[in-house]
Amino acid sequence: MTDTVGIVIVSHSKDIAKGTADMVRQMVGSEVKVAFCGGNPDGGLGTSVSLIIDAINDAWSAKGVAILVDLGGAETNSEMAVEMLEPARRELVVVCNAPIVEGAVMAATEAAGGSSLAQVKAVAEELSAD
Amino acid sequence: MSLQPETFKSLVKMAAEQVIASAPELTTLDQAIGDGDHGTNMKRGFEAVLGKLDAISAQPLDEGLKMIGKTLVMTVGGASGPLYGSFFLGAGEALSQDKHLPDDLADVFGSGVNAVSARGRSQAGEKTMLDVLVPVLETLRTAAGQPDLIARVRATAAEAVERTAPMQATKGRASFLGPRSVGHVDPGARSSCILVQAVCASLEGQQ
Repeated sequence: MTDTVGIVIVSHSKDIAKGTADMVRQMVGSEVKVAFCGGNPDGGLGTSVSLIIDAINDAWSAKGVAILVDLGGAETNSEMAVEMLEPARRELVVVCNAPIVEGAVMAATEAAGGSSLAQVKAVAEELSAD
Repeated sequence: MSLQPETFKSLVKMAAEQVIASAPELTTLDQAIGDGDHGTNMKRGFEAVLGKLDAISAQPLDEGLKMIGKTLVMTVGGASGPLYGSFFLGAGEALSQDKHLPDDLADVFGSGVNAVSARGRSQAGEKTMLDVLVPVLETLRTAAGQPDLIARVRATAAEAVERTAPMQATKGRASFLGPRSVGHVDPGARSSCILVQAVCASLEGQQ
């Protein structure tokens, strides 16, 4: 099996993150690694940098990892998590500017075909283009 | 103004305690124009800082500031974690480079402010914590070396936070409200004011 870009889903709600990951797995299959996280460090609504780092490592692929986020804090915390990775990995992780559910499905579909990280990100972000 | 380890420790302690005590107020402000979690998030972050207070104050100042930053990043759970975390990481990094206290206070603070601005891709005038931090930085520059510096910083922070009320938010969750964000003080500006004033109060108490 050729390596495919991994997908990380970061929502303020663990239920939304899990539900999105379930949809990706059902629609795209299991050849793409998908990891998700949601909730603040106390388990309430929010996001946690350490959980995001764990999810990136879980979905890790030599081709890189694309992160899909919901609202502001999820994006800021994801960017922070990327910066806290070891330097060699930072360049291989991107945060996509795309709606979380549609973006995750589109990104995973693109990744399943063996596309590069840049292609996966571009396809997800087409959803945000006017 | 010198910053001995004991001074640093009591300063961090007072700042953390003030933020924790203000959590209900911050939450109320955030319920008006945000998602209502700023108080509980900041409380969680600064309780974690208090929990590490001995370790933080045992570090050289630059490393101590970075430890505060990293603690906030890992524990706050909202955008304010990376934003405040970046402030302390940025300020600590300036001290790790070539800056020294007290002479370079404005540059060190400015390095923190720049880090917040970069992290949030935001500038002053967008109804955020930068609307307190940037005016405070200006006062630190213009009033450097003046005997009433601390009083002027306090006054600047208090005035700056009130000036966020008529602003319309263009960054952060409050921007979703558009014109409806007008008339409310920004919660991030308020928490920045609380931190700045707590540091001032701590320094005044030790003079």
